[in-house]
Amino acid sequence: MTLTTSRRNFLIGAGASATALVIGLKASGALAATPEAAAAAETSFTPFVRISAEGKITAVIKHFEMGQGTTTGLTSLIAEELNADLQDVDVAFAPSNNDLYKNLAMGMQGTGGSTAMANSYQQYRRAGAAAREMLIAAAAEKWNVSAADLTLSDGVISGAGKSAPIADFVTAAAEMPVPAEPKLKDPSDFRIIGKTGIRRRDTSGKINGTAQFGMDLHLPGQIIVAVLHAPRTGAKVASFDASGAEEVAGFIEAKAKQDNSGVFVYATDTWSAFQAREALSVEWNFDAAESRGTDDIRAEMMTMVNSDPEFTVKADLSQQEAADALASADQVIEAEFWFPNLAHAAMEPLNCTISPREDGGIILHDGCQFPALVHPTIAGVLNLDPSKVEIRTLLAGGSFGRRANAESDYNVEAALAYALTDRTKPVKMVWSREDDVRGGYYRPAFAHKVRVGLDASGTIVAWDHRIAGQSIAKGTMFENFMVHEGVDHTSVEGIPDTPYAIPGLHVGLTDSKPLSKVLWWRSVGNTHTAYVMETMLDMVAKAAGQDPVDYRLKLLAGGTADQNRLAGVLREVADKSGWSNKAPEGHARGVAVHKSFGSYVAEIVEVSGTVEDGVKIEKVTCAVDCGIVINPDVVIAQMEGGIGYGIGHVMRNAITFDGGEVVQSNFYDYEPLRMPDIAAIDVHIVASTDEPTGVGEPGVPPSGPALANAIAGLGKRVTHLPMVENGVTFL
Amino acid sequence: MTKFTINGTEHAFEGDPYMPLLWYLRDFAQMTGTKFGCGVGSCGACTVHLDGEPVRSCQTFMSDIEGSSITTIEGLESKASKAVQQAWDEMNVVQCGYCQSGQIMQAVGLLVSNPKPELSEIDEYMAGNACRCATYQRIRGAIVRASELMEA
Repeated sequence: MTLTTSRRNFLIGAGASATALVIGLKASGALAATPEAAAAAETSFTPFVRISAEGKITAVIKHFEMGQGTTTGLTSLIAEELNADLQDVDVAFAPSNNDLYKNLAMGMQGTGGSTAMANSYQQYRRAGAAAREMLIAAAAEKWNVSAADLTLSDGVISGAGKSAPIADFVTAAAEMPVPAEPKLKDPSDFRIIGKTGIRRRDTSGKINGTAQFGMDLHLPGQIIVAVLHAPRTGAKVASFDASGAEEVAGFIEAKAKQDNSGVFVYATDTWSAFQAREALSVEWNFDAAESRGTDDIRAEMMTMVNSDPEFTVKADLSQQEAADALASADQVIEAEFWFPNLAHAAMEPLNCTISPREDGGIILHDGCQFPALVHPTIAGVLNLDPSKVEIRTLLAGGSFGRRANAESDYNVEAALAYALTDRTKPVKMVWSREDDVRGGYYRPAFAHKVRVGLDASGTIVAWDHRIAGQSIAKGTMFENFMVHEGVDHTSVEGIPDTPYAIPGLHVGLTDSKPLSKVLWWRSVGNTHTAYVMETMLDMVAKAAGQDPVDYRLKLLAGGTADQNRLAGVLREVADKSGWSNKAPEGHARGVAVHKSFGSYVAEIVEVSGTVEDGVKIEKVTCAVDCGIVINPDVVIAQMEGGIGYGIGHVMRNAITFDGGEVVQSNFYDYEPLRMPDIAAIDVHIVASTDEPTGVGEPGVPPSGPALANAIAGLGKRVTHLPMVENGVTFL
Repeated sequence: MTKFTINGTEHAFEGDPYMPLLWYLRDFAQMTGTKFGCGVGSCGACTVHLDGEPVRSCQTFMSDIEGSSITTIEGLESKASKAVQQAWDEMNVVQCGYCQSGQIMQAVGLLVSNPKPELSEIDEYMAGNACRCATYQRIRGAIVRASELMEA
């Protein structure tokens, strides 16, 4: 596959010839077509599909690829409407242009929140359908036949006794009127959308070593820069001695960062940069440095959830009424929960290259998730007019939220490193795994305390839920639309808006003081809220003497769309996992179901063994309803990946601080999920005709609580994470 | 002067004998299919074959490879290699793809030494190769599939 990412290539089109037909949207949302040259000048035109004079089709992808399948998914939409083989359609990442490639769900050019397909399903199909109709119209005119008699398939227009490749009509098609509402293909005619056996569009380069990630960029004359970061937030370089680094052959120079939060070490190659960094001797000023540890912050947050909350999130009952209801309940089920900080730790350590342009501008090369933010931010850092900043999007070796950063932190760091050079050579900033693990922007730590009152029949009469944790959005540009009346929605999502019919719900939130920078981490607040809701419900069902699936179904019986779809995946997963049959001797099963990012996912985990001698995760069964499915196998892959990501961290991961320093540093003490950890995953898709919703994140939330509920069946209820530090051993 | 071959081509190196092979491949030979993931032998993204055996190139010094034959992801040609790559494609294994060069090099190493591995043998042999996208289930399945393809 060819991933054409450069502006130049974008303008002239991949391959030798100019693009003849481009279809996209005008600012008004109306479809438009224009030859490539006009497209470049016309800023209110957003190309989604280009067709060269030779008939080569290229999908222009506005969401970046971090493994979630967006190059496959969006290209499928174009290929479908043009009746082309998916593998015959080229893929190009869109240039950074916020006006053109805005994510409709975000209001800016960026990828995240599992929105790519929901945002693009209609846009890309309409563009592809318009291209098809215009090509056919051009052929009809040339042949003097009715367009209704012609069809386009596999690059050939045929009908009315004639047949010719689309290349014969591309130029004429560009002059055809653009259909206001092109006829989209009837789903019964789909040959790609919803079909199994479709191969991913990004496989070949990723299995033969030719795929280019940001880390793989090698520009002529490039300088590598490693960064010696302050060991504690707020520590400053007082002085440093680079004489040791002088011994390293490829060492060029070392310079303190502009704000003294670290030292840039420049070298001719990566190994020399890392070696020279090791050889630096730095005196740090710790006067303003963070000195607290995780134990301090944890004690503080546990106190918070045992006190009156700072903000009221939801109050079906007032706090006093909830207290009264609990006092008069037949039984009260209560638990405290702790969720540690987590690092994203994508496989590709963060990196970014800044290269000079002849006009004094720069090109930023990165697997860039939020071009709309990075673009102006970098222009500001380098004091350049935004027109002189260009972003080239490369493949990203994972993100899980880390690259979606309001501060564009690592991009800014690369720009700062570039700014201290003479700006004549490309500067490639490379983080080591240690920089990545210790570099902050973690999933915030959270504490919860929940008390649930039940009447004699086991029915919930009150649910008092207190949450404490560090807000992700406050103090960032996202505060305005994510924080309402003091409540950061990402701190509580999945609780006040639970589709369960829970009477007497009172939810309170207290913001904890920042210990480190925090950020969304695959499925954001749902990483902890789903764990709490779903393990509490299991405890409640047990106290009520009822089956956990049946108990949940009763709470989902109200007939709303959310409830019906949650119940649908719950029934499906129970059926496919054999829930109604007794688990084999020595095995236990746990269930969880959760809605996030518009999608509904239920999971059942089956375990064996004992908590003392070792728990084995035998199988995870999953059912997902994400609306119309574009590519079933990508959906299944995202569920598998989300389950692995969720379960691995719940099992054994935590980022902790000691005296202000991050304790963990690499994969040996931030141990990833490994192949033997989960013996099997079995994913089922629940058919739906609703609009497509996200799949990148929704597989994560139910995985942890389903595992916890299974392990509870072995006799150990874990509410403080990670599990390995709270009494569970895994095989 | 250290002399060795990469994918059949002769190379010579005169620099730091303690530089890991990983950085020779990526920065000097500009063969970037071999990935930097952790630098400490904990993830397997940098796996190459040294005289036919999978090794972590981040833990292999230049001084260790005198006279050796190195194979990287770019140079895979064997029957097992082709079977593994075909199986990876058929089963849509990749997600972000950053670890997959190392996964494939390790998987080829397994199938060359053990053409019909049990599932438990696959798990054990592949346990050192991390995939943060958690594509493990498909890697496992693709190795089984590659084993079938090798028999055909």
